[in-house]
Amino acid sequence: MSLRRRLLGMQFTDGLLYKTIVLLLLISFSYIYLYPMLFMLTNSFMNVEDLINPGVKWIPTVVEIENYRRAVQVLELPSAIFSSTSYVLRVSLSATVSSALIGYGFATFNFPLKKVLFALMLATFILPSQVTMVANMLIFRNLGIMSTEQSMILPAIFGQGYNAAIYILIFYQFFKTIPSVLRESAEIDGATPFKVFYKIALPLAIPSLLIVFLFSFVWYWNETFMTGLYVGNPVTLPLKLQSFRASYETLFPPGSFGSELNEAIMLAGNMMTILPLLVLYFLAQRFFTESIDRTGITGE
Amino acid sequence: MKQVVKTIGLWFQRLGNKIKTFYDVKIDPMLSKIGYALTHNPLIKMNELSVRIFGININITRKRRDAFYGYTFISLWLIGLLIFTLYPMLYALYLSFFEAYYNLQTGITTSFVGFENYFNIFRSQTLVPLFANYVIRMVVSVPLIIVFSIIIAVLINVPMKGKSIFRTIFFLPVIIATGPVIGELTAQNATTLPALENSNVLNFISDNLGSWLAEPMVLLLNSLLLVLWYAGIPILIFLAGLQKIDKSVYEAADIDGASPWDRFWKITLPGISSLISVAVIYIVVTMSLFVESGGILELTRSHMLVGAPDSQFWFGYGYAAAIAWIYFIFMVIIMSVFVLILSGRKEKA
Repeated sequence: MSLRRRLLGMQFTDGLLYKTIVLLLLISFSYIYLYPMLFMLTNSFMNVEDLINPGVKWIPTVVEIENYRRAVQVLELPSAIFSSTSYVLRVSLSATVSSALIGYGFATFNFPLKKVLFALMLATFILPSQVTMVANMLIFRNLGIMSTEQSMILPAIFGQGYNAAIYILIFYQFFKTIPSVLRESAEIDGATPFKVFYKIALPLAIPSLLIVFLFSFVWYWNETFMTGLYVGNPVTLPLKLQSFRASYETLFPPGSFGSELNEAIMLAGNMMTILPLLVLYFLAQRFFTESIDRTGITGE
Repeated sequence: MKQVVKTIGLWFQRLGNKIKTFYDVKIDPMLSKIGYALTHNPLIKMNELSVRIFGININITRKRRDAFYGYTFISLWLIGLLIFTLYPMLYALYLSFFEAYYNLQTGITTSFVGFENYFNIFRSQTLVPLFANYVIRMVVSVPLIIVFSIIIAVLINVPMKGKSIFRTIFFLPVIIATGPVIGELTAQNATTLPALENSNVLNFISDNLGSWLAEPMVLLLNSLLLVLWYAGIPILIFLAGLQKIDKSVYEAADIDGASPWDRFWKITLPGISSLISVAVIYIVVTMSLFVESGGILELTRSHMLVGAPDSQFWFGYGYAAAIAWIYFIFMVIIMSVFVLILSGRKEKA
């Protein structure tokens, strides 16, 4: 009797059986989900024999560190990570700061046309950057910032960067929760709205700042189309990865023994490219998965 | 290890110093100059309750003050919108009626062709199938992702240990899915399940359905994992919605004897139905804006960059702008059809 009670629970949904089924389902879905990742990880350690051998699927017979050594060489790693990070930091910090300002403006003040402008701001999210790229190329050429990092940073400063609408929305939702009494009392004491923003609102918004910063960091890191077009020279690691094959062949000319580029080396290069993001994700995992609650799309 | 930490620390210190000197040298004097100009000139004068601009007195009311500061805070965005979004949008629309090429010496040269660019898109042998594929892929995969993410969200929402681990796993693709990495995974066949490949499902589909339907289906099944990878943020959206549903509603349903099945359809689904539209918009946008090699977006870029007056295959800026606009219109149509279907069902219920 008690065994049955424990298995099936009071209602079915709180029994052990139900939870086991749920857990099994989740684990199998996770496997499906992680399959490409696991494939990438294990195959990047294989040597040529393992890649061809049908008897080897998951566990390599030898751990081939050589793949990673070559990938590091091809991607010019330590310096590439630094240059990549410093560029992405600059873009994402400008995006974060500007969207904080804009979100505060939308959340705190009442002004004519506010609703229209806010709707317009959200609408920019669905506009493909390919529509604007034709003219933006010409604008950047005229400004003389084509093929420099400025061509990504400038739109980010003006709140038109990649996915900027989401960042502004996150700040908007947060700043709306700050009671206006706080602002009013500070203004009675003689603070200007800029001082209120800087001294009261921003310190309260540190979690939102962090979330927006993390997201913009990751998204700008992963963005290759626009970055490749506007900035040009392989400024980020993923862009370097795009020309992996060519740069491999200049480093290890084809023909010499054991120098062929195989899939394992390519995958090792891929792993190295996403490694910084993985580290960042596992360090700050909580902030990423809390982000959706912060956009407030679930409604109040 | 210590060395590494020290280097990183030094690097940050240098960055901080740079920002500080930049602020001290450039921004601070500029701000004080602006402040000086605002208080010491004949044109603009501020009193306690009024501003005098060019000899016109404006009384400061609370409303006007709010509007002024509001526009000041969003001015960055407003300027950006005009320069980097609205103007380029309209200019691209304008260019799409021209044959336009860029040349380093002469700048952009245009000649009016009317709707010719648009007709050429629908005549093109490469673009028409790509657009058809795009529409079919959206129609098939968006509902798939929605269903999948609702299932996952409901499963994760079951109270038990280790919930956050699964949340971490299902969000992972949002972090690591970069264009080149996905391209490499597709090239190595890592995006299809081996079980699916070994079974005869794919052959069955391509044998029994017309090629216009079978090809996208096979394509979809072949990249099933990638399609599911788009579920990362929708899962979080639905999870947030599920946590907003009041527990007591479930308890009341329990007392009335509702089965778990009934509870899902009668409480859970209506509770998150308003979020489905949000998720659909998000999925359509992210899927459409993902650049695949050989896809429409990449063709657009090639037309723009490679295009030259004497080229047989690449037709320059005007053609690229026309493709981008058509693509955008398709995107909006797909999105609004989905949203209309969803809202229509709600009105009936």
